[in-house]
Amino acid sequence: MAGLATGAAALAAPRVLAQAPPHVAVVGGGFAGASAARALKRQGADIRVTLVEPKARYTACPFSNAVLAGLRDLDAQYFGYDGMKRDGIDVVAASATAIDAEARRLRLDDGSGLAFDRLILAPGIDLMLDAIPGYGASGAEVMPHAWQAGEQTALLRRQLEAMDDGGLVVIAAPANPFRCPPGPYERASLVAHYLKAHKPRSKLLILDAKDSFSKQRLFEEAWEQLYPGLIEWVSLSFGGRVTEVDAATKTLTTEFGSHQAAVANVIPPQRAGAIAAAAGVADRTGWCPIDSVTFESRLRPGIHVIGDAAIAGAMPKSAFSANAQAKACAAAVATLLAGGQPAAPKLINTCYSLAAPDYGISIAGVYEPREGLLAEVAGAGGVSPLDASADVRASEAAYAEAWFDTITGEVFG
Amino acid sequence: MTRALINAPKTARRGEIVEIRAMLAHPMETGFRTGTMGKAIPRDIINRFVCTWNGEEIFSADLFPAIAANPYLAFTAVATESGTIAFAWTGDDGETRTAETEITVT
Repeated sequence: MAGLATGAAALAAPRVLAQAPPHVAVVGGGFAGASAARALKRQGADIRVTLVEPKARYTACPFSNAVLAGLRDLDAQYFGYDGMKRDGIDVVAASATAIDAEARRLRLDDGSGLAFDRLILAPGIDLMLDAIPGYGASGAEVMPHAWQAGEQTALLRRQLEAMDDGGLVVIAAPANPFRCPPGPYERASLVAHYLKAHKPRSKLLILDAKDSFSKQRLFEEAWEQLYPGLIEWVSLSFGGRVTEVDAATKTLTTEFGSHQAAVANVIPPQRAGAIAAAAGVADRTGWCPIDSVTFESRLRPGIHVIGDAAIAGAMPKSAFSANAQAKACAAAVATLLAGGQPAAPKLINTCYSLAAPDYGISIAGVYEPREGLLAEVAGAGGVSPLDASADVRASEAAYAEAWFDTITGEVFG
Repeated sequence: MTRALINAPKTARRGEIVEIRAMLAHPMETGFRTGTMGKAIPRDIINRFVCTWNGEEIFSADLFPAIAANPYLAFTAVATESGTIAFAWTGDDGETRTAETEITVT
């Protein structure tokens, strides 16, 4: 073989290169990355796909608020990568530590390298633990953020269980943009559900760095109906922004006062996962500007960014958005690799939230590229009606669960 | 009752620079907007803010329609003596809302 190859090399090499299937590396095995890897494999063209993800299993954030409220087992949030492997995706259990966009090469923490033709980066979020004075990594052990599901979720659950009746639970919510815009308010609702049943003299205070939030009127209506007097929301204008915390005493200081909590859930500001900055695809905001048709980075050609890390215009940072972006990006990448011109996608997002186990509300939107950004299509989408019957709320709660089973089945099943 | 939020340290050393914060819940209606049937919504803003320390003015501001709702002012002062820090907001309606806090200077 060796002798033959030597003689034929000059002529054969270009043809062999042309025939080798293109290689797409996907970094990050969350909803965005796993969806993209699968979509690439399933779209038909002959593409080699490698998924780079250090963790053996993924812990899903959607429905993790139900875990906090004791309505769901944390085990129900875990998803593995066997389905990907069955699809023929190469799953590499390592972390990407550096990306050379020009050389089209990834460096992994096991010392090896990985060459790619195109890279899809789905690094999710990094929590800026040091952005709140007094918090930091050690503060998160006492006042959990539980904003990346897993041990933090279990810790916050244990704290809620251990709390005495009559305790004050404080949730500190960050300014926009952040992962899962309705998340802090769903969390407040489901924690209130737990408190009402088990610790009815307790109170829940939301200290918010914003003056308004997702599905606000629906949440406020639900709180009034389900948990009257239990939840208090303090907006930015009324001194809601947490400026400092003291982990030793679980004290949260705002611009106009301080609150001592029995259980404190501090959700810090966020930015794109660290590898985005290392790869040079994150801008000064900490997030990644992208082309709204192909999701290719505006800063580094050949690298596409999807999911929470991307600046996706009007699209919220949700699992549904990540999945929709992944499919659009996979289609664009396949087209680009074949030398074609990707078509403008239409993207859909729906966010369900539970105000109680049998009380669901939702917001849906349709998005398309407009003037370089993903903009909402006027008249499409909408939110759940106010003043709806219990049947409507119960149906939406069931839809929420069905959505979770469907998306996790599609992505990880 | 309009809500005012104020914040100043309870204690300070003489000569220390302290930060004082004041927020008044107010719509700050500019007078430039039109409501139903194209009718102009009359201007209604807080136009004057004064902060005094034991009666002596240490900070004041004239506010205009471009200032956002719930005006929030933060400023610094040199702590000179114990006493009362008082805040007064005057609106287009001629009414003045007040708030005060005590500070001990050592």
